[in-house]
Amino acid sequence: MSGLVMPEADAGVLARRAEIVAALRAIVPGEGVIDTEIEMRPYESDGLTAYKQLPLVVVLPSTTGQVSKILAYCHANGIRVVPRGAGTSLSGGALPLEDAVLLGMGKFNRILDIDFDNRTVTAQPGVTNLGITNAVIHNGFYYAPDPSSQIACSIGGNVAENSGGVHCLKYGLTTNNVMGVEMVLITGEVIRIGGKHLDSGGLDLLGLIVGSEGLLGVVTEVTVRILKKPETARAVLVGFPSSEAAGECVARVIGAGIIPGGMEMMDRMMIHAAEAFLGAGYPLDVEALLIVELDGPEAEVNHLIERVAGIAKELGCLTLRASTSEEERLAFWAGRKAAFPAIGRISPDYYCMDGTIPRKALPEVLRRMEEMSAKYGLRCGNVFHAGDGNLHPLICYDANKPGELEKAEAFGADILLLCVEVGGVLTGEHGVGVEKRDLMPSMFDETDLAQQQRLKCAFDPDSLLNPGKMFPQLHRCAELGRMHVSGGKLPFPDIPRF
Amino acid sequence: MTDRLCPRDEAEVAEAVKWALSNGRTLDVTGSGSKRALGRHIQTDATLELAALSGVTLYEPEELVLSARAGTPVREIEELVARSGQMMAFEPMDYGPLLGEEPGRGTLGGLLACNLAGPRRPSAGAARDHALGIRAVSGRGEAFKAGGRVVKNVTGYDLPRGLSGSHGTLAAFTEVTIKILPRPETVETLLILGLDDATAAKAMSAAVGSYYDVSAAAHLPADVAAAIPALVNAGWSVTALRLEGVPPSILHRRARLEELLGSFGELGALKAEPSLELWRAVRDVLPFAEQRTRAVWRVSTAPLQGAAIGAAARMAGGRAFYDWAGGLVWIEMPDEQPRADVVRAAVDVAGGHATLTRAAPAERAALDVFQPLDPITGALVRRMKESFDPQRVLSPGRMYAGV
Repeated sequence: MSGLVMPEADAGVLARRAEIVAALRAIVPGEGVIDTEIEMRPYESDGLTAYKQLPLVVVLPSTTGQVSKILAYCHANGIRVVPRGAGTSLSGGALPLEDAVLLGMGKFNRILDIDFDNRTVTAQPGVTNLGITNAVIHNGFYYAPDPSSQIACSIGGNVAENSGGVHCLKYGLTTNNVMGVEMVLITGEVIRIGGKHLDSGGLDLLGLIVGSEGLLGVVTEVTVRILKKPETARAVLVGFPSSEAAGECVARVIGAGIIPGGMEMMDRMMIHAAEAFLGAGYPLDVEALLIVELDGPEAEVNHLIERVAGIAKELGCLTLRASTSEEERLAFWAGRKAAFPAIGRISPDYYCMDGTIPRKALPEVLRRMEEMSAKYGLRCGNVFHAGDGNLHPLICYDANKPGELEKAEAFGADILLLCVEVGGVLTGEHGVGVEKRDLMPSMFDETDLAQQQRLKCAFDPDSLLNPGKMFPQLHRCAELGRMHVSGGKLPFPDIPRF
Repeated sequence: MTDRLCPRDEAEVAEAVKWALSNGRTLDVTGSGSKRALGRHIQTDATLELAALSGVTLYEPEELVLSARAGTPVREIEELVARSGQMMAFEPMDYGPLLGEEPGRGTLGGLLACNLAGPRRPSAGAARDHALGIRAVSGRGEAFKAGGRVVKNVTGYDLPRGLSGSHGTLAAFTEVTIKILPRPETVETLLILGLDDATAAKAMSAAVGSYYDVSAAAHLPADVAAAIPALVNAGWSVTALRLEGVPPSILHRRARLEELLGSFGELGALKAEPSLELWRAVRDVLPFAEQRTRAVWRVSTAPLQGAAIGAAARMAGGRAFYDWAGGLVWIEMPDEQPRADVVRAAVDVAGGHATLTRAAPAERAALDVFQPLDPITGALVRRMKESFDPQRVLSPGRMYAGV
């Protein structure tokens, strides 16, 4: 593990392991408690496989009542808990701790309610993202957020990470599509927030919980809105002689008032990797490739696709193809969707980054990443959710070469700091987790971080839920709560008063 | 008379809060004060007025982003972005007419603090869904920021969303960054005449659950429709379905919707101008703006449950109309009595939440204005208040007694 410092294990908890396992067995009988090393191995890491740690014990509850009892027990006994969905996090959000119970939610795999009239689905958190769409597609509906891992990632994990996908600009992230949750607090208390109605009548607790990376509570039920699948979708595949021209095309499409369902950019290295991987028919003599997908009623899609093509031609695109069939549209996407395995084919390992930048900064960011690539001696390909500015550089490295992982991580950190420097953020959809935890001070000062941690204290005053994630330093809540107000100060003389 | 503190920048806002902290004073956090009649009626030692923190600090139309100081008038922002063919897609309502204030006085900070939305809520979201970043001063007198200026951002807790709808009780916004979107080229409205509330809910469900991108769906019973000039000749109840976008798309969608919905009742249509007028009236609850002493409720529920809540209101002598395809019920009681028991009981059955939106100060001091919280959530909300505002300096009691 390269340089990552996790909270020090509590020796007292480690010493009581047998007692804790027995207590958990009393709550979740049978195979729901896993305590042998060999059976715990699959849980030692998530999608960020560079980091590994065996948990104290794994528990797999199947009811809200069990989750409540587990958390109440851990709370009463000062035991840390790491919640885990499908384990597809790319930021180490579900990385275990040596002294923490790993709370796996995989057995919560049922869809509880499908309501076409009110356009909602209520599911247990272990249901996969795609599983929700699969449950309603027969009626022409779908669940809009579509992270690349949608075949495997769970809706509970999506709530924890506020997952996105390629359609965010038009259809929003998880947070814009979740209407309600049932959640267990660290005390074991169960709360329900929202439901089949929009907005809360008071504080927006739901807004806080989505994207809280398992630090505030454990979600045991999720209600999402479903949408009618667009009648038609068509895509244009456009090759440009420079990333600047491609970026300008994106800006002009949006400037023309068009919000595409998806708008993706790939750089030269990615185009070639994807083409070599599956022969999607991508042009190889271009510097940047843009996929612009329009979806909606047929008449609208056909109208807008002409306008997008017109903009691309004005900007001197080198190639332009508009899909004329569903097969062709899917073929355009196939190369983009296979970007990760395509890189995996040309490099033993790759490290996927996830910054967001203002779109206009793209040419500068690409240029400076090229310089970094030369400096670190590591290749880097780029896929870019051009519509919303979310950049996924894929850094190629070989973990078997000593020091190369560390170099890749340093390169990655430089990229993220660059994103922040140009007005963007550290993570667009993968989460902070452990991966970007120590970079948080590049975006937030101490006051900003302290206020976020105080919010954590309102939910989890003993810092038992997923500690070591998101925040670079653990502070005691009592220390964060202290307030120093200079007493007796004269009322500020300068502020206008009436 | 209450002191009015009018800071001109973030540092002065922090200074004002520190003054209140060290002198044991309380502050009512306001922008222009246009929505002070929302929420529980409270009395504080001073008002903290943020209207002087005004001005757009960043607007990049091609990046779809705008930042402005919290006291910037919403109207100024709407006019600015309209010049680039853009809009705040969540269509924030103007509470002015309903609350008996001048229209168009609201500020950007107030818009987020009250999580405003409009008829486009089901398809485009509320203020919460468009807030990208904030700067604010907590009840500890500390300036902090959260979020950013890009759409896709999961760095840290989502405080821009978490503070939306907090009515100034957790922090005073000093600057807000929001997402801006293109304005649709044109608009039309398809009308279905003469439906009862429950049938209208089914028709709206069929319309918004269709392929045809209905951007708003409202149902106005005959007594409410009669109060809207654009509909005044209808003589019947009106179920209105809004279509926005490029003309060829609207033509196509309207034809398909007419096929889909023709069996529900007689159809009609409104062109662009009367459409804009109708949806402004729905957004700003203009049918209930006339009789200002009458109590008004705003209920959010599952769309198909709305009619039952409307029926309960009517049993109590009130009027109701529906936005959000039936999921938002506006209720006007026959007089100043809120009849909370009637509304709360109906919402307990249907699910959702009810907010007493317009009532006399005495009623808003005595009753729960917002949906009452269960004990566990109530305790959590108190701890959240503690984390932002431990001495309860900022608008204490505005949302919940003791918070």
